[in-house]
Amino acid sequence: MKYLDEFNDPVLARHLFDDIRALTTQPWSLMEVCGGQTHSIIRHGIDQLLPEEIQLIHGPGCPVCVTPLEIIDKALEIASRPEVVFCSFGDMLRVPGSGRDLFQVKSEGGDVRVVYSPLDALRIAQDNPDRQVVFFGIGFETTAPPNAMTVYQAKKLGITNFSLLVSHVRVPPAIDAIMNSPDCRVQAFLAAGHVCTVMGTAEYPELAERHKVPIVVTGFEPLDILEGIRRAVRQLEAGRHVVENAYPRAVQPGGSPAAKAMLADVFEVTDRSWRGIGMIPRSGWRLSSRYRDYDAEHRFSVSGIDTQESTVCRSGEVLQGLIKPHECAAFGKQCTPRNPLGATMVSSEGACAAYYLYRRLQVPSTQEASSVG
Amino acid sequence: MGHGGGGTLSAELVEHLFAPAFGNDVLAELGDSARLPASGERLAFSTDSFVVRPLFFPGGSIGDLAVNGTVNDLAMSGARPLFLSCGFILEEGVELAVVGKVAEAFGAAARRAGVSVVTGDTKVVEAGHGDGVFINTAGIGRIPDGVDIHPRRARPGDVVLVSGAIGVHGVAIMSVREGLEFGVETESDTAPLGDLVADLLAACPDVHVLRDPTRGGLAATLNEIASASGVGVALEEHALPVPDTVANACAFLGLDPLYVANEGKLVAFVPPDRADVCLAALRAHPLGKEAVAIGHCVPDHPGMVVSATGLGGTRVVDMPLGEQLPRIC
Repeated sequence: MKYLDEFNDPVLARHLFDDIRALTTQPWSLMEVCGGQTHSIIRHGIDQLLPEEIQLIHGPGCPVCVTPLEIIDKALEIASRPEVVFCSFGDMLRVPGSGRDLFQVKSEGGDVRVVYSPLDALRIAQDNPDRQVVFFGIGFETTAPPNAMTVYQAKKLGITNFSLLVSHVRVPPAIDAIMNSPDCRVQAFLAAGHVCTVMGTAEYPELAERHKVPIVVTGFEPLDILEGIRRAVRQLEAGRHVVENAYPRAVQPGGSPAAKAMLADVFEVTDRSWRGIGMIPRSGWRLSSRYRDYDAEHRFSVSGIDTQESTVCRSGEVLQGLIKPHECAAFGKQCTPRNPLGATMVSSEGACAAYYLYRRLQVPSTQEASSVG
Repeated sequence: MGHGGGGTLSAELVEHLFAPAFGNDVLAELGDSARLPASGERLAFSTDSFVVRPLFFPGGSIGDLAVNGTVNDLAMSGARPLFLSCGFILEEGVELAVVGKVAEAFGAAARRAGVSVVTGDTKVVEAGHGDGVFINTAGIGRIPDGVDIHPRRARPGDVVLVSGAIGVHGVAIMSVREGLEFGVETESDTAPLGDLVADLLAACPDVHVLRDPTRGGLAATLNEIASASGVGVALEEHALPVPDTVANACAFLGLDPLYVANEGKLVAFVPPDRADVCLAALRAHPLGKEAVAIGHCVPDHPGMVVSATGLGGTRVVDMPLGEQLPRIC
């Protein structure tokens, strides 16, 4: 199947595994930034088949995981209001707030709806002029442009019963924060390909140079990830640290000018708190002053939220690559997808959920990578 | 809603709430249908309720599902389905033309399955208290002599067969329910499996386990059998029959085809020395012509399903918790 099978080919994968093995002379720690990459790595068993010197560290790039508890509690409060239709992508519904989740609000009578596009939420607003329709706008540079476009459309069409609960975050400041941490173990980054599809690569050379760290723009299919790892290891072994684009079929250096223009019109950069990590300067977006009327926090004046994080959950350290999921004492015991203590366990892109779902049983690999295929 | 998804939450509702409240030895087997002793004969008895939305979808309707669902649950204990009851719960205001269309589909499906609809009931609930039409069916079938099919009978070495493409029904429903288009229209594979099972049992009466992987998909079904039998199931990911349309839709939505609902498909656990004969019998029937072996039972990791990935790694295939949720990006 075009665009699926051809990036999942076991014979080509074997060649890439062989190349990586041949290149590797010493231990290296690589961070895949995006939760989608983490999911793909664990789902396909890529980490099991790499040379043992290559350590993959799972990064903070799961949009569900890093949405602050305070915003989730605000979402729960807004969604509970009788006049509100609260719309969200599916995987936010099971994320625990301080005491409950959106599924619970729905079962208690809240009008919570799963949509596949923010434009669906706008259509619901048009069809229900007597209700307030709120869309939960979370995620990285990937989901921000369509959310921005929806607000732009709402204003253009004069739809006044629509608003956005915004918690958008930006990847480059997070990479900077990780590298500035005194405990940082990361020696190279696999940058998130879809983020660069929108934003291009202009923000990365300065980071690579300042932190002396290779950054390889990487896709999400198995062969994309292996090519990203191969290029990162090649740079590390050669003592180089530049930005490489290993995802050229999707990423242009300048990104998407139309998407960037929409972002610049609707959003402005702001400091943003990341769940489990804390405040990262200039790491988020909020609605610009021209669109303040469409800000759900402003419209519903949600304040006085008292958040309560689990005291045993170590998802913050998982998100920063400081520990692996199973190194948390609660992993698989008090903390499971059924009863998640932190968002890294509840989101399907979260590193803890990926380990629980796919790696709960450590089955020794019966095949060496060289015999794959 | 998660308690209706066919995963862990559904199983817990049955095992911890209903089964203890109703408790008896027949129910405790928790098969797709109950096996009843009756004056020298063995009867299978099963019931199911259908609340699908929309009522009509590519390849079928709630009427077809209500017949095929119960007929297939009977067939999964090796029984020849014989009689069916139907209970219609109608929402005030639903058009009679719609009810008539559902009833016609119901009758046609019953004729195709070779069962007689012998008793029924109709109730009407107030507007806003239903979703148009809900249907409950119960069915009775006869289990042939020498057939002993049961979720606890899987043994190490058993070969796991599936009768055709997986994920088709779930994608067909999603495409109409959510207004999603995936390039090629996918039709539900709903169908009665009584004849297919009869052909399989004629070739090999010693089939150990049969199950139709409906809600919760193949993953939930295999986990239930692994857990009931105390064996491990080792899957070969490359062998899974996933059509391009299903793979594309799942890739688009961030879903795993192993967890997407099927209709008109069966999973069979058969002795290793009879696997080829069983496969040939399935493939000789129109509803099983794409049957394949997808794995086998192992003594390792009892109660769990583990898949070999296409690249040569391994991963646990877990029981779904509730309904699958599309991912953000």
